Amino acid sequence: MSTELRTFAAGIRIESVRMVHRAKASHIGGALSMADILAVLYGGVMNIDPTRPRLPERDRFILSKGHSTVGLYATLALRGFFPKEELNTYGCDDTRLMAHVTTRVPGVEFSTGSLGHGLPFGTGKALAAKRNGERWRTFVLTSDGEWNEGSNWEALLASTHLELDNLVIIIDYNKIQSLGRVEEVLRLEPFADKFRSFGAAVVEVDGHDVDALHKVFAPAPYERGKPLVVIAHTVKGKGVSYMENQLLWHYRSPNDSDLELALTELQNGVTR
Amino acid sequence: MRTAFIQELTVLARSHPKIFLMVGDLGFSVVEPFAKEFPNRYLNAGIAEQNMAGMAAGMASEGWHVFIYSIANFPTLRCLEQLRNDACYHNLPVTVVAVGAGLAYGNLGYSHHAVQDIGCMRGLPNIHVYSPADPGETRLCLRRIVGAPGPSYLRVGKAGEKVLHEKPDFNGGLIHVAGPENSEVAVVATGSVLEEALTALNREEATPFAVYSLVGVTPLAPDTLAPLWNHRHLITIEEHLRPGGIGELLAGRRPAAITMDFLHIKEELNSLVGSQTFLRRRHGIDAEAVSELVRRTRRGT
Repeated sequence: MSTELRTFAAGIRIESVRMVHRAKASHIGGALSMADILAVLYGGVMNIDPTRPRLPERDRFILSKGHSTVGLYATLALRGFFPKEELNTYGCDDTRLMAHVTTRVPGVEFSTGSLGHGLPFGTGKALAAKRNGERWRTFVLTSDGEWNEGSNWEALLASTHLELDNLVIIIDYNKIQSLGRVEEVLRLEPFADKFRSFGAAVVEVDGHDVDALHKVFAPAPYERGKPLVVIAHTVKGKGVSYMENQLLWHYRSPNDSDLELALTELQNGVTR
Repeated sequence: MRTAFIQELTVLARSHPKIFLMVGDLGFSVVEPFAKEFPNRYLNAGIAEQNMAGMAAGMASEGWHVFIYSIANFPTLRCLEQLRNDACYHNLPVTVVAVGAGLAYGNLGYSHHAVQDIGCMRGLPNIHVYSPADPGETRLCLRRIVGAPGPSYLRVGKAGEKVLHEKPDFNGGLIHVAGPENSEVAVVATGSVLEEALTALNREEATPFAVYSLVGVTPLAPDTLAPLWNHRHLITIEEHLRPGGIGELLAGRRPAAITMDFLHIKEELNSLVGSQTFLRRRHGIDAEAVSELVRRTRRGT
C-alpha cells in the first residue's frame, strides 16, 4: 500500500511540474507540498468512483488553496476521472483546466481561487450530510497562509459548535506564504493550540509520510462530536531539491533544464 | 413585510422539504414560527456572515434551498465575495433575505441603511433580484423564488408596511399598480417607496398618471419593460443611491425619445438619521417630490 501511494504521489508531482513548465505557470511549490496528502486521500482513504464522479455517497474533497490546482488535476487524471493527455491543455486558451481549480473538471466539487472560501463551503456540506442522515465525509484542504482569513475562523467556530465529526480540515503547513515565511507575515503559532481551544480534534503529522497520513485519515469519525484538524507539516516544493523551502517557487516556472533536473529527481525519489 | 416573508416561507416549507432557513443571529420575534415547526431545517449561524453565506452555498450544493436572513448590509456587502464566488458563480439555490431595505431602519444610522444593495446584487452572475413594495409583493416574490430555485436576493422592509395593492401576480418583474397606462408621465418605483408614488397619484386626481412597481429587478427581459415605453416621460423613485439603482437601469434601456427624472437617495446626506418618513422628505423621495416633478413635466419646464 505505502509503495503504491508513494508512486502515486511521485506521479502527481511529475505531472504537476510538467504542467507548470508547459504553461509557464506559477504556484508549483504548494502543489508539490500537498502531493502526498492527495495521494493518500485519492489512493487509499476516500470513497470515490472515477467513472461516477457524482456518486451520491462519495466522500467530498474541497481544495481551498485553489492556486495549487495542478496537483489536484494531476491526481484526478491519474485516478481516471479524465484522460491524462488533457493535462497538456493546462492554462491554454479556452481550456477547462484553468489555473485555479474549477468544477468544470470532472471530480472537482468546488471552484476556488480566493482564499478562505473552502472551509465555510465544506462546513455547509458536512452540515448537509448530517441533516440528510448521510455517512459520507468532507475533506477540506487549506493552505497555511489562508488562516489569515477571518472566514476560516468563523467556519471553525461553526464546525465545532455543530459537532461536525464528518468534517476533516487539512492544513498544508509548508510555512511559506505569498510574500514570506508565515511566522514573519502573520504569525499562526501556537497553531495547534488555537484549534484545540476551539474544540476541534487536532493531529500534527508529517505531511510527507503516507503511512502516518493514512492512519490519521482512516478512522471515521476520528473523535465523536468533533471536526478533525490535521496539521500536515510539509515542505514547500517537496521532491525537487532546488524548489524546496524556496519562496521563489511560489511564482517561478521551471525552464527546460530546470524541468529535466526536476523530473530526474522525482523519478529517482520514488523509493525514497 | 418580514412577517409576510416568514409566514409565507413557513407555508411553502410544508410542501418543499428542502427549504432551509439560516439566520445571522437576527430575527427576534420574526423567525420563531419557522424555527419551531422545522427545527431540523433551521440554524442560527451566529454573527458570522461570511461563514453563513459559504455554508449556505455548501448546503445548497447538496440539494437544499437555503435562505439566509439578516439585516441591511450584513447578508449582502459583508459577504459579497462568498455570494459572488460560492453561491452565484456555482448557480446554487441560495436566497439572501435582507430586511431593512433602503432607509427602513432610518434612525439606526448609516451602518443600517441598505442603499447600495440593489446595485451590488444586480452585478452577480445568475442572480434574480426582487425588491417588493408591500407584504403582498413579498409573498409573490417568495413563491417565484421557491418555484425556480437559484441564486436570488429578496430585499424587504421591516414590519407594518401597508398593503399597497392586490395584484395577484406579476410577469417579468413589472407590475402596473394604478393610473392610466397611456398617460404622458409614468412613475416607476421599487420597494416600499411605491407608497409615495401612490400618495402623489391620489392628489393628482384631475390628471392621473401611471404608477408601476418594479418588483423583479434582475434579470429583465426586453418585453417586460415594453409597457413603460408607452409613456413620454418616466420618473423613477427608489430608496437606493443612483449608481446601480433602477433609475440607471431604465435609463440604459429606454428608447431615445423617452425622457426621465430620477428620485433617489443622496450620498451627501448619509449621516442624516430619523424616521423613514423624515428621511424620504429630506432626500426628496416622497410624494411631494413626485407631484412636483409630474407638474413640472406637464408644464414642460
